[in-house]
Amino acid sequence: MTSDIRIALVGNPNCGKSALFNALTGLKQKVANYPGATVERRTGPLLDNDTIELIDLPGSYSLTPRSPDEEVTRNILFGTQENEAKPDVILCVVDATNLAQHLRFTLELKSLGIPMILALNMSDLAAREQIQINANKLATKLGIPVIETVAVRKKGLEAIKTNIQNIIADNEGATIDTWDSVAARQKAARQLAADVTISEGIGHKTSRTLDKIFLHPVLGLIILFSLLFFMFQAVFSWSEVPMGLIEDGIIFLQGLISANLSEGFIASFLSDGILGGVGSVIVFLPQIIILFAFTLTLESTGYMSRAAFLMDKLMASVGLNGRAFIPLLSSFACAIPGIMAARAIANPKDRLTTILIAPLMTCSARIPVYTVIIGAFIPNTTVGNSFVGLQGLVMFGLYLMGIVSALIIAAVLKRTIAKGKPTSFLLELPKYQAPNFRFIMVGLIERSRLFLRRAGTVIMGATVILWALASYPNAPTGSDKPDVYHSFAGMIGRALEVIFAPIGFNWEISIALVPGMAAREVAISSLGTVYSLAGSEEAIETGLIGMLNGLWSLPTALAFLAWYIYAPQCLSTIAVTRRETNGWKWPLFMTGYLFVVAYMAAFITYQLSSALIG
Amino acid sequence: MLKDNIPTNSDANVRLGTLQPGARGIIIEIVTANEADMVDEADRLREIGFAEGLDFEVMQQSPFGQDPIAVAVGGMTVALRRRDANLIIVETL
Repeated sequence: MTSDIRIALVGNPNCGKSALFNALTGLKQKVANYPGATVERRTGPLLDNDTIELIDLPGSYSLTPRSPDEEVTRNILFGTQENEAKPDVILCVVDATNLAQHLRFTLELKSLGIPMILALNMSDLAAREQIQINANKLATKLGIPVIETVAVRKKGLEAIKTNIQNIIADNEGATIDTWDSVAARQKAARQLAADVTISEGIGHKTSRTLDKIFLHPVLGLIILFSLLFFMFQAVFSWSEVPMGLIEDGIIFLQGLISANLSEGFIASFLSDGILGGVGSVIVFLPQIIILFAFTLTLESTGYMSRAAFLMDKLMASVGLNGRAFIPLLSSFACAIPGIMAARAIANPKDRLTTILIAPLMTCSARIPVYTVIIGAFIPNTTVGNSFVGLQGLVMFGLYLMGIVSALIIAAVLKRTIAKGKPTSFLLELPKYQAPNFRFIMVGLIERSRLFLRRAGTVIMGATVILWALASYPNAPTGSDKPDVYHSFAGMIGRALEVIFAPIGFNWEISIALVPGMAAREVAISSLGTVYSLAGSEEAIETGLIGMLNGLWSLPTALAFLAWYIYAPQCLSTIAVTRRETNGWKWPLFMTGYLFVVAYMAAFITYQLSSALIG
Repeated sequence: MLKDNIPTNSDANVRLGTLQPGARGIIIEIVTANEADMVDEADRLREIGFAEGLDFEVMQQSPFGQDPIAVAVGGMTVALRRRDANLIIVETL
């Protein structure tokens, strides 16, 4: 056996397909750079057997694609997807608690003539709801193997493996689809489900009860906004201790360097360049993990689509629909999975608009920027006698500014360049589930790895280049300015200061913005490097936060925050926009409009606050 | 958008999109008008889980403008706008 066997995992959305995929591949799965829930191409070996490759296709309701996401599924199954061979076997997943509905797609898949196995998934939930299905009878009627599976308990996994090996040996093609309309196929599926169902069960009462609360016009909204507010407060308060530990670690390492290396090129490179720069970004890992843990949990429990329901009308008022809420909420962690998740939006104009406003959602890369500035300039007190911290409140305000701006810009786009027919909103609200620990862990590990890799490559590279530019040439003797002022970076910064002076940015900030084009958080590591090279030992010990307070005016700090609500300083976002829109037109448009808005916002903030504070 | 000339089986039947939370009943028909995109719309409703003969209950409506609505149908719950729900003819209990 030389060639690998490829198995496609196919099923309706919410059939438990992703959980089954995780259980079948374990942690050995390969994911392309930035995965959304099931948006990205995920592959992995079947139960440690490297000759069998499992590929998780985006959840679809039928072979008639309603979105770019479903189109991928169809193309792969038809063998028309670029660089993607037609799968050898289909592993069709149906939710045992929703058999009548899911079998319709199974019947349609049979028309493809690819050998197929049916996974009757979540059979434990079916048992709990007292649903009884005659799996043998179903197998006979369909003419394919049917295996009862429970992803979380690893039930049925070995049976899948055995059956796949058998079916390949038999090379058994499936029969032909004899139904010519969705209605006819649906009728056949319902008849088939009725034939094999021994007991229909009692239904998922819990979900209905919970929906009465979570979808309630008043209660539901209160819960949604409380959740979001709690999430952002938690990002700050829970991360304090681990962040302190990381900071101490960095200071300890810097101490080791100054104790063991004589002052000079290498010591400065390691201490100021690497530790000062990369360290000031790594310190935000705890916050990013907490934020992702929240979004992944909400996704895993099924709450995310409830939020989409509650927000639909609001999104409709700017011409979008509730579905856009999910990519936009993911964009709070990172715009890249958000932009990719926009594939699930059927209407091309809606999808484009969602992509263009996704960078306005405050992503985790802005957290370092916001935290440092807020930490330096906003007093750490509570508002009145409440438990609400002023710093957290300012942070919330920044998030809110991003959201409000996004809605306004969406409204403008939908009335101008993305004008189109009014869209509809059709979304399945999956059953509530206890958060799947494995799903959350896999997601967190993936995202932390990506963040650390970025810190180790892009951010490290940018910091090292900046350190070199900021270290040479040396200052002429007798200069009262810090060395960095005379360096190459200083020259660039002073040249750019002409442009940025009206919005209150000094030459140090102007320097930091240049490498900061690569990724937002680089601006902070750059400021770390620039000030670390310019400052005294004492200043380094108090950290960037302590330093900035003495060096920037409050209007400058506020303008810097306003700039970062909008500035499109992330090469990866621009790259993914190019890929998702198939060309340079929209990424260039996005970059352009965001810079213009950023400059205007910073200008107004700076001039207004300067006038007020005096 | 929706005209009144869509055929229904009987006058007692109503469109799902006109109902308030708490309303329950049985789906009688999913309307397929002649226009091409209306057929597509009906198929989308079928694909997501609406079918003749299924029980339904309108669960909740949006806090803003009472649209969209969440409808429990068969073993699942689907959120949709009233305009789309009007393609579904139901008999209320």
